[in-house]
Amino acid sequence: MISWAFHRITGLGVLLFLLLHIVDIFLVNYGPEVFNELLFLYRHPVFRIGEIILVGAVYYHAANGVRIMLIDFWPAAYRYERQLFYGVMAVFLLAFIPTAFLMIRPIIQAG
Amino acid sequence: MTIARPHLGRERPSGGFELYSWYFFRISGLLLILLAVGHVVIMHVVNTVDEIDWQFVADRWNSPFWRVYDWLLLFLALTHGLNGARLAIDDYVRPHGWRVFAHSVLWTLALLFLVIGSIAIVTFDPSKFEAVAQAGG
Repeated sequence: MISWAFHRITGLGVLLFLLLHIVDIFLVNYGPEVFNELLFLYRHPVFRIGEIILVGAVYYHAANGVRIMLIDFWPAAYRYERQLFYGVMAVFLLAFIPTAFLMIRPIIQAG
Repeated sequence: MTIARPHLGRERPSGGFELYSWYFFRISGLLLILLAVGHVVIMHVVNTVDEIDWQFVADRWNSPFWRVYDWLLLFLALTHGLNGARLAIDDYVRPHGWRVFAHSVLWTLALLFLVIGSIAIVTFDPSKFEAVAQAGG
């Protein structure tokens, strides 16, 4: 249940960011002055924390998506549901901790 | 006697549009693991947002490979995400009129964002701005 709720929340959150991201990338066609002007937003510390959460959401959604597909296409997998969920959390943390570290470092160095 | 499988995730629909949608989630999801996670790693681990600017995009889109990569990512992420939002609407929006309204908004957004995203990726021409920069000195 909690894995399902996280899947939906991360999915809708990433979708919301995607819509914003399509609009900002559309502005590359208006040249370097317009586009680079906008980038202050992506470099703002608050937005950068948001980017870390965004990457975490993508990682979780990907790892949990694999679990869903395993249960769908390998009928015996539902018996290992608990282990699969621990596996999802392990994959998520293994990917997210180093990524978050690499993303936090430049924020601290800049500040 | 058959033992009912416990409800985990979404049951596979028996046919029609919902079955195609069910398969589409899984196929696009598999591709997005490569495309979206790859994108995140390139933009936030290999590079940082301090290095990414207009010139970064211009250099990247010099290569047809990255234009195809980004367009596939755009198409699959948008359709996968909006199809997920459609299921959320079906879960939470009960009155028929509101549901029709919400679905209309959703598919209008899908078309609009697919068009502006595609225009950005396909028509981007950095030489246009280099010429202006040179003429302006």
